[in-house]
Amino acid sequence: MEKDIRENIAWAQINKDVLRSLEAPRPLYWVILLVALAMVGVGVGCEIYQYQTGIGVANMNNPHVWGLYIATFIFWIGMSHSGTLLSAILHLMHADWRKPIYRFAEAMTTFSLMTAGLFVMIHLGRLWQFYYSLPYPNERGLWPNFQSPLLWDAMAIFTYLSSSIIFLYVGMIPDLAICRDNMHPGWRKKLYSLLALGWEGTDRQWRNFRVTYLTVACFLIPLAVSVHSIVASDFAMSQQPGWHVTSFPPYFVAGALYSGCAAIISLFIILRYVFKFEEYMTLSILKKTSRLTFAIAMVWTYLNAVEFASVWYSHDEAAKDVLIQKATGTYAPFWWMMIFCGSVVPLMLAFKRFQANIPVLFAVSLLLNLGMWLERWMIVAPTFSHGYYPWAWDHDQWPSLVQWGIVFGSFGWFALLFMVFCKVFPSVSMYEVKEMVYHRSLALKNGETAEEGVH
Amino acid sequence: MSVNNLLENWAQFRHFHPVDDKPHDPYKWAMSIDLDACSGCNACSVACYAENNIPVVGKEKYAHGQAMHWIRIEHYWDEDIGVPGGREFPEQGAQFLPMMCQQCEAAPCETVCPVGATNHTADGLNSQIYNRCIGSRYCSANCPYKVRYFNWYDYPTTDNVWPETMTRQLNPDVTVRSKGVMEKCTFCVQRLNAAMSTARSEGRKVHDGEVQTACQQACPTNAISFGNLVDPESRVAKQWARQQVELTKDKQTKDAEPGGSRLRGYRILEELRPYPSVMYLERVRESAV
Repeated sequence: MEKDIRENIAWAQINKDVLRSLEAPRPLYWVILLVALAMVGVGVGCEIYQYQTGIGVANMNNPHVWGLYIATFIFWIGMSHSGTLLSAILHLMHADWRKPIYRFAEAMTTFSLMTAGLFVMIHLGRLWQFYYSLPYPNERGLWPNFQSPLLWDAMAIFTYLSSSIIFLYVGMIPDLAICRDNMHPGWRKKLYSLLALGWEGTDRQWRNFRVTYLTVACFLIPLAVSVHSIVASDFAMSQQPGWHVTSFPPYFVAGALYSGCAAIISLFIILRYVFKFEEYMTLSILKKTSRLTFAIAMVWTYLNAVEFASVWYSHDEAAKDVLIQKATGTYAPFWWMMIFCGSVVPLMLAFKRFQANIPVLFAVSLLLNLGMWLERWMIVAPTFSHGYYPWAWDHDQWPSLVQWGIVFGSFGWFALLFMVFCKVFPSVSMYEVKEMVYHRSLALKNGETAEEGVH
Repeated sequence: MSVNNLLENWAQFRHFHPVDDKPHDPYKWAMSIDLDACSGCNACSVACYAENNIPVVGKEKYAHGQAMHWIRIEHYWDEDIGVPGGREFPEQGAQFLPMMCQQCEAAPCETVCPVGATNHTADGLNSQIYNRCIGSRYCSANCPYKVRYFNWYDYPTTDNVWPETMTRQLNPDVTVRSKGVMEKCTFCVQRLNAAMSTARSEGRKVHDGEVQTACQQACPTNAISFGNLVDPESRVAKQWARQQVELTKDKQTKDAEPGGSRLRGYRILEELRPYPSVMYLERVRESAV
């Protein structure tokens, strides 16, 4: 078994390596940042045009009132799940290998939630009135409709976002103190001093820190499950064929973990290169992540099969028609692409030789995410082109460039936030890596003593 | 702004399944449409555009499926027309079906609106509050009939929707909707309100036939009848009774009879239990229109 981390890295070396990432990334960092900025520009331009002219420029029409915005919204919400999986669930399970990579996964959670939140608003016909959907006190005594899954959505996302920001921040406090102590005076020093909350590393502080971190972790896990179940309710609670499926909440959660894990692999590979983290983000950890992804991919495939089978053998003719339309109608190429990317491509991960092969894994992880994006689109769109009412059948609808532009821009927005975060805050948890090194050397020492005892 | 306020408002706001609901009194607006009489002339649709200030979106937007026809005439052809191996021309003409908001009693659109912009009124209408709508379009996504229309653009300021000289033909009793809100057939609520207000000031109920919807008024063959279902003497109530179609049933007793019923009345997608307020009379005529 390969080592997750070298046991003889000096603690000072860990500090030095991680702090170096804040100041001297490889030039590729700036390329990514610029490209991301350009993509955001495209997205913002499209949104300004849409805001001014009306949402009609997205080329949605009257039976097809939802389009890529809702699909991409689900995609980004989904991506946010694996941060919690890695940082909270694996923390509770004492999986040590998560330690060097959970920080960026948690940042991914936060920023993909922020991106998803944008889509809710971009989708609205009257963006400037979005606050009507919040239960705020007002002089007219008006409340939002508490029966609507969209309202649950707004609340669940807001709760999840605020909790994951707290989780990300709390977990970072000891590292911020390290940054504070090692930085030259300047804006960084001021920022870290402020955020480190006077951390000194006393026993009492560590004890309180552990309890807080554990509490937030336990709070976050049910939230993560509930938030995507609620997104699934948007569809499952409606009456439309193809959406009205009981298994949607677990199916959505599995899909979410799946796309999140795939995104973690992509970002793992990028960060490892850009910030020279080869020593910490080791191939052995990558291998574990890809195995985890493979397992979740199979769960997703199974739930997909469950959904198809339950529709196929049901007496719900309309739902069956939608399924047939998905496989043979206008959307068939995308639907089959989704099956290919989501269920066939991950089989690559079953082979040991690919589990730590960086170029292969990078390509596979991008394909998996493409598949998962298509999955969301294939949930939203086909129901509109083949619902209950025959008049709405076979109205062709293709998203306009404005719609594609905003979806494209959202990837830039996410990359921008994420890359800026990684440059400003340590994206590898220094104190947890030290723990990991310590645990490992302790285990080795125990092993040696045990061996000596045998002789 | 207390919790009490929330609970009280919420209780008023909630509308229960029509079976357990309090009875409509004194009005329940309903419609019946005789498909045998419908000649597909589209007069109803034109009248609706004029009455309700519906924007005429133009050729290009129509092609994008962004038309706003609150009442639309659907054409249905025999199934083997235009398919390989099928007939080239139908033996009889297309069958027409005028479709507008069915003013469901348990409307799927109402429960899903995040801001409560679409509600049930005491007289059995499914109302749309334009000012409250934020344009999430969930109502349309959940509508089984797809009769909700979204203002994709700011039509009042768009060229050629209502040319400058034509703004005075707009109906002053009806709002001109801005971009980003959902709209749909209201059963000409402005006419209903005017009639109910007159009746109330005279201390009586609205007579049958006193109020007509624009589509009903324009229909040359009298295919559409509209009225108060609570009043047993109204034309529409008599038609519903004669056809044994009951508002609060998701499956009509007459359809369960062995051998089926020879009555023509039915409601579309009744089995989904939206309890629509529009009854259609099946077409029995064999000849082409």
